[in-house]
Amino acid sequence: MAAAHLTAGLGLKPQHYAQAVQCTDPGLWWEVHPENYLADGGPRLAWLEAIRAQHPVALHGVSLSLAADAPPDESHLARLAALARRIEPAIVSEHLAWSTWRGHYLPDLLPFPRTHAALARIAANIARTQDVLQRTIAVENPTHYLHIDGHDWAETDFLAELVRRTGCQLLLDVNNVYISAHNLGTRAEDYLGAFPLHAVAEIHLAGHHADPELGEALLIDSHDAPVADAVWALYQRVIATTGPLPTLIERDDQLPALEVLLAERGRAHAALTEALPCS
Amino acid sequence: MQLSTFQDGVAAALMPQGAHPADTAPWLSALRSQPGFAVYRNTVHKACIDALQANYPTVCALVGEEWFRAAAGLFVQARPPTDGRLMAYGEGFAHFLQGFKAAAGLPYLPAVARLDRCWTESHLAADAPLLDAAWLARQSPEALSGLCLAPHPAARWAWSEEHPASTLWQRQREGTPLDAELPWQGDGALLTRPEGAVQWMPLARAGIAFLDACAAALPLELAAAHAQQAEPGADLGALMAQLLQAGALCAPPHLDEDTP
Repeated sequence: MAAAHLTAGLGLKPQHYAQAVQCTDPGLWWEVHPENYLADGGPRLAWLEAIRAQHPVALHGVSLSLAADAPPDESHLARLAALARRIEPAIVSEHLAWSTWRGHYLPDLLPFPRTHAALARIAANIARTQDVLQRTIAVENPTHYLHIDGHDWAETDFLAELVRRTGCQLLLDVNNVYISAHNLGTRAEDYLGAFPLHAVAEIHLAGHHADPELGEALLIDSHDAPVADAVWALYQRVIATTGPLPTLIERDDQLPALEVLLAERGRAHAALTEALPCS
Repeated sequence: MQLSTFQDGVAAALMPQGAHPADTAPWLSALRSQPGFAVYRNTVHKACIDALQANYPTVCALVGEEWFRAAAGLFVQARPPTDGRLMAYGEGFAHFLQGFKAAAGLPYLPAVARLDRCWTESHLAADAPLLDAAWLARQSPEALSGLCLAPHPAARWAWSEEHPASTLWQRQREGTPLDAELPWQGDGALLTRPEGAVQWMPLARAGIAFLDACAAALPLELAAAHAQQAEPGADLGALMAQLLQAGALCAPPHLDEDTP
């Protein structure tokens, strides 16, 4: 696997650019949302290139809207492809979700009924993306807050079928698994047991919190806290099965000092270097 | 249900103005009645307003966060984002503020918003080589008068006729206290990106007219005439030196051929 040399990475934030360039931790890599770098030029791209000169970088898209009932926006794809040529990312990923619809961007990762028709549409959208980028992408399991009627497919089977039809890889977000199981009243262990782990190219870990009004009944994928112990425990079980996989700690809000994030990242790095390589 | 039907319904319910409950199909009502639906709604709403606040920090500082976010909510309704590049979101906010009754007591606000927008555009603009003063000095007077100098892609300039918007904007950005003696007259600003980060400086009326003329692809002779007309007696040599030093002008595309 191309990204086999990556151990644990961190989401890159502008506040940490200057320190990030200097980091020398073995196996460290950085992930960014390409949307924040789809500029014609200027300091953002210059920083990303400086960091890329020192470390592998992954592009984790949030607005391609693979699950919209429409082909991906060609100008967005062209900009993404240009950025990928410039940065040569170790991994390119997106979400099993939609966010752009009829010319409006709704800045969230929205759910949908997993029907046969949705499967065909999303497979076509992934295939188109991979054609333009000239590489496989990894598709991430979403966080769920809603019970939706009309699913023809379990999510794990749906993802496995996307892998089979398009050759795409998967990004397993263990925090999303935990939150979704909690919110929908299912078991995270069952979901992970059914997940097509053979196709996983990357793992995400992040923190969450309880809904401010509803409390523990509804967990929010807030990326504003350290990774929860229960999520670490699920993660350990996953890598015990898969062997080491590039693992990213996401933190988008309530950003602590980089040293704090590097220490949390060190925990994943240690787990990965202790995990037996998958045979 | 068709995927597009689902997305039409959910998108309408999530857009800031929202779908009218009476229009809502039973399947959509079933979604909206779940507590989790508010999570999506709040995330969409907050992300749009956060993006606008990040892109108009000076306006926000002048009016306070509460006022800003209330106004931003109305702007988001009128002009929701069209793609994922939220770093560039908010085009037209200055124009929106111009027609916004609650901002009538702060008549300089649209001009300040225009400068915040200039900053964002400069920050994200393409890279390009700067016009070299030494190259310019080597050109003959005849060549110079017919030369069309293009503004650098990252150069932005704005003039405020009635308010010292540039001074207000600059002092707020730099954290300098506002001078009670500030003469209340129009002023201009030039934003450039000569060394990576966006920089700004005051720009006189002649400079505004000169750059407007350059942007309209007028030759140097005419651009100079426009500058003189806008500000009779302006020192064009000093203006040129200012523009070159600030990196407001772009190297001509044929520079390589002309360089000895």
